[in-house]
Amino acid sequence: MSSHATDAHAEHGEEHESMTKGKIWKVFFILLGITCVEFVIALILVPKGIIPGHIANPLYIVLTLFKAFYIIAYFMHLKFEKTGLIISIVVPVLFIIGLILVLTNESHHWITLRG
Amino acid sequence: MSTAAVSQIDEVKSTPWSGGRSPFNVEYGKMMMWFFLLSDAFTFSSLLIAYGALRFSAYAWPSAALVFQSVPGLIEHGAPLVFVGLMTFILIMSSVTMVLAVEAGHRNARKEVIGWMIATVIGGLMFLGCQALEWNHLHSEGFWWSSIPTSPEKLQEFFAIGVPYAAQAASAHQFANLFFTITGFHGFHVFTGVVINIIITVNVLLGTYEKRGSYLMIEKVGLYWHFVDLVWVFVFTFFYLV
Repeated sequence: MSSHATDAHAEHGEEHESMTKGKIWKVFFILLGITCVEFVIALILVPKGIIPGHIANPLYIVLTLFKAFYIIAYFMHLKFEKTGLIISIVVPVLFIIGLILVLTNESHHWITLRG
Repeated sequence: MSTAAVSQIDEVKSTPWSGGRSPFNVEYGKMMMWFFLLSDAFTFSSLLIAYGALRFSAYAWPSAALVFQSVPGLIEHGAPLVFVGLMTFILIMSSVTMVLAVEAGHRNARKEVIGWMIATVIGGLMFLGCQALEWNHLHSEGFWWSSIPTSPEKLQEFFAIGVPYAAQAASAHQFANLFFTITGFHGFHVFTGVVINIIITVNVLLGTYEKRGSYLMIEKVGLYWHFVDLVWVFVFTFFYLV
């Protein structure tokens, strides 16, 4: 950990480098590009039957997670924070994954209940 | 005594995790904003996961391409995703102006901060306006909390052919409740974000942060604003694409 520890001043300098205007616009175009890909899938590829719906849906989710990563890492600047802060924000998200697993399993059961 | 070497156990610890420095190296308010956003993420995921579970276990679900195919005031039918695409673009754009405000704050460039903050507020208001039109459109179609189009012919417009009416009615109710609750909760966040951004802009205009010598407050409200954008990315995927 101590090798990680830079003094506050150095940290501040790093911050300046990390999010320059150029970098901000680059992230913006990545986000815009991913959104455009989603539109192409939803408006062209799925209606024409090039990609079936059951493949498109996981694809949307993966693309969304990419967008989420770019927003959190760069716009919210988490990538450049201390490792400890990153861990304390990212690890609790495991609870969300837990809830997804539990309720997906539960909804299988609901289907048979509704049957 | 004073020249004697301090034994290792008496040495003052200076590493981050032994009390020497702040281990996270962020200001208190910024750290608390992160933890608040984490808790807010739990709230939104609970809503979205509940939506997923109900939709997954439903016999049929209103087709997004059929429900969201109008641009209010311009095109009535046949333009799926166009209007929500515009909304998404506005929100991403206002997120960018927010980071640019943060970046200008790092350079203590007050005028630039003001400009970008005003742009962010305008973006937020535009998004809210679009959402109001979207809600108004769905409401005019007959959807509202626990309310769906009354005639079976009208309801059929939103479903694939061959879904029995009872199944349509059941899932249309769930869709309407979930859509208005989740986009409403998100819209409420956008609204509070706009209010907070206005307050911060006024403070910048008054020179509060200039006197304080740091524009860290812009970073904190920026975190909140990006979170609102982050949630929209998920709402957009699960309501409009999937």
